[in-house]
Amino acid sequence: MNNKFFVILAHTYLNRLKSKAFIITTVITLLLIVGLANFQNIIDTFTSEEEQVDKVAVIDETDSLFSRFQSQVKAQEDVMEVVEFDGSEEEAKTAVQEGEYKGLLTLSINENDLPEGTYYSNQMSELSVSGKLQQGLQQLKVAVATENAGIEQSTIQQIYSPVSFEKVSLAEDSKSFEELNETRGLVYIMLFLLYFGVLMYGNMIAMEVATEKSSRVMEILISSVSPVTQMFGKICGIALLGITQFSLILLVGYQSIKSNMESMSGGGFTSYFGFSNVQISTLLYAIVFFLLGYLLYATLAAMLGSIVSRIEDAQQVITPMTLLIVAAFMLAMFGLNVPESTFVTVTSFIPFFTPMLMFLRVGMLEIPFWESSLGILLLIGTIIVLAVIGARVYRGGVLLYGRSSSLKDLKKAMQLSKKE
Amino acid sequence: MTLKLTNVTKRFGSATAVDNLSLEIPEKQIFGFLGANGAGKTTTFRMILGLMDLTEGSISWNDDSINYSKSHLIGYLPEERGLYPKLTVKDQLVYLGRLRGMQKNDIISEMDAWLEKFHVPEYRDKKVEELSKGNQQKIQFISAVIHKPKLLILDEPFSGLDPVNVEQLKKAVVELKEAGTSIVFSSHRMEHVEELCEHLCILHHGTPVVHGGLKEVKRSFGKKNVVVRADFDVNYLKDVPGVVRYKPFTEGCELQIESEDVAARIFEALSGKGFVRTFDLEEPTLNDIFIEKVGASYE
Repeated sequence: MNNKFFVILAHTYLNRLKSKAFIITTVITLLLIVGLANFQNIIDTFTSEEEQVDKVAVIDETDSLFSRFQSQVKAQEDVMEVVEFDGSEEEAKTAVQEGEYKGLLTLSINENDLPEGTYYSNQMSELSVSGKLQQGLQQLKVAVATENAGIEQSTIQQIYSPVSFEKVSLAEDSKSFEELNETRGLVYIMLFLLYFGVLMYGNMIAMEVATEKSSRVMEILISSVSPVTQMFGKICGIALLGITQFSLILLVGYQSIKSNMESMSGGGFTSYFGFSNVQISTLLYAIVFFLLGYLLYATLAAMLGSIVSRIEDAQQVITPMTLLIVAAFMLAMFGLNVPESTFVTVTSFIPFFTPMLMFLRVGMLEIPFWESSLGILLLIGTIIVLAVIGARVYRGGVLLYGRSSSLKDLKKAMQLSKKE
Repeated sequence: MTLKLTNVTKRFGSATAVDNLSLEIPEKQIFGFLGANGAGKTTTFRMILGLMDLTEGSISWNDDSINYSKSHLIGYLPEERGLYPKLTVKDQLVYLGRLRGMQKNDIISEMDAWLEKFHVPEYRDKKVEELSKGNQQKIQFISAVIHKPKLLILDEPFSGLDPVNVEQLKKAVVELKEAGTSIVFSSHRMEHVEELCEHLCILHHGTPVVHGGLKEVKRSFGKKNVVVRADFDVNYLKDVPGVVRYKPFTEGCELQIESEDVAARIFEALSGKGFVRTFDLEEPTLNDIFIEKVGASYE
């Protein structure tokens, strides 16, 4: 009996592992990860080759603004250069149209003695150049206006410097701000992994069962192996596949992030997703909730997959399950900002949402141990109940062939199945 | 290793699929299960295999119930054919064989022998979806017998096959019987049952209407057939008392008669009329019996 479990497990695992679909998606994902990690490098190689300075012609009608404007623009340390144009406005416009300059800016003084500008360009959709010019001009305007009002430059700097603001938690065991930021990163990643993992592998299981049913090989299978063995052989086989895929992704991800640490550290990635301070217990919870979440939805998927007659109906019949996962994910995304709300607390005890929401609470808050244990126990209980029902539906479902596949068939399948 | 069904009843809601069926299926023989579509054959098989609960009654095999611990002793060819379309014949049989408790090496040597026997060794590494329906059926048959079961259940094994393949499969079935396998098979092709089975049962709306050894069934049916070929018109024979059915053909006719005595009367009626080429008193065919027992209710 045990032996057959492993035969099914190995068959499911190897078959999927060797399938083109699996190899292609894995390779694409890995390439994507490597690509993302090397994003900065890729951008650099492109930009360094064609580091062309955008030249903008400036006609200064006042003769006093240009030099100050030029220093403002230079302060922005960008690959843009402003050049004073010698000649009439018409000539300058022609030069822009011919591509000699990126654009033309005319500077003047309005009736309030403040600078203003007009920008002419062929590409109005190009926002970065015009935006920077506008920004430079804005700063120039502030400087001119304050000068006119007789305010010191240092006073202005004081006004504009950011306010000093520090957060200090009074609760002793509550997580520090840095800690919270890091766990938020982990929770974020974990929620995504759980969401995609459950969705993808749940689908795979339902498809696997539906394929066997639609090809009618099922009847031979259930005459040789009990449906329970079959179902869990499949679930574990796909789980093994998931572990393989995730390990590959994590390994490649870790390696490429490590080798590109320098270029990424500037992007705020490490400050948000750095895990150096994450508690071990949070990681353990992540693994527990991931496994339980997978088991819950996998059992559900196998059960639903067993009631369809044709493979085309499989998608339709697992839609409710998909919606459940999406709902859980949405709730969790919402809860990420308000982890302490009653709403999150209550839903974290509903087994279908527990893997995501309880993990979110465990990761973000300091909740009593009994709460997380209760959540886990409820989850395990639900998995057992679902497995028992699932096995019965599976046994009946595999003999059930009808024109339509709807959830009503669940009941029929239960009636058809043999009592244990 | 007799298979015994005692008062087996199966109801689906208000519909009764099998009604109070009692059978004893002797070992090392071929037992034929006949019945119109929907008579309850497949349901009975599923109950024997333990895939479905009985509503009432009991089924025992060698004084024990059939469960998954015996699955290596049982072979099953379901009516609805199905294999993994994307797997090769070899992978397919290895997987299904291992689920019946076989070792991989044994499966491969058995598989090669069977493929050779069915003259299709070239399909070994082909995907099932590339094979014709008849060849898929052969593969499926192999999957049902590769582990040398003691009890083999074949649900409509010959449907959809050409005559050459039917012969190959029939030969294989007979060989299995001679090797000591007890075989139960269902069909609505009477000639197959007549040719292969020692015992049979005709199921009608879930109840057995005929049950027993082939010879006894025929004898107890009573009615017989007389075939007459003559150089003169034999049309008048249909008026001889005791003739139940009259079926003319070009140079004679076939008569179904109530009992053997009627044959003598027909013989008398023929004498002196002219040259009679054939006068043959035949046992009833299963077809006659089936039509009489099952077909009657359709009229």
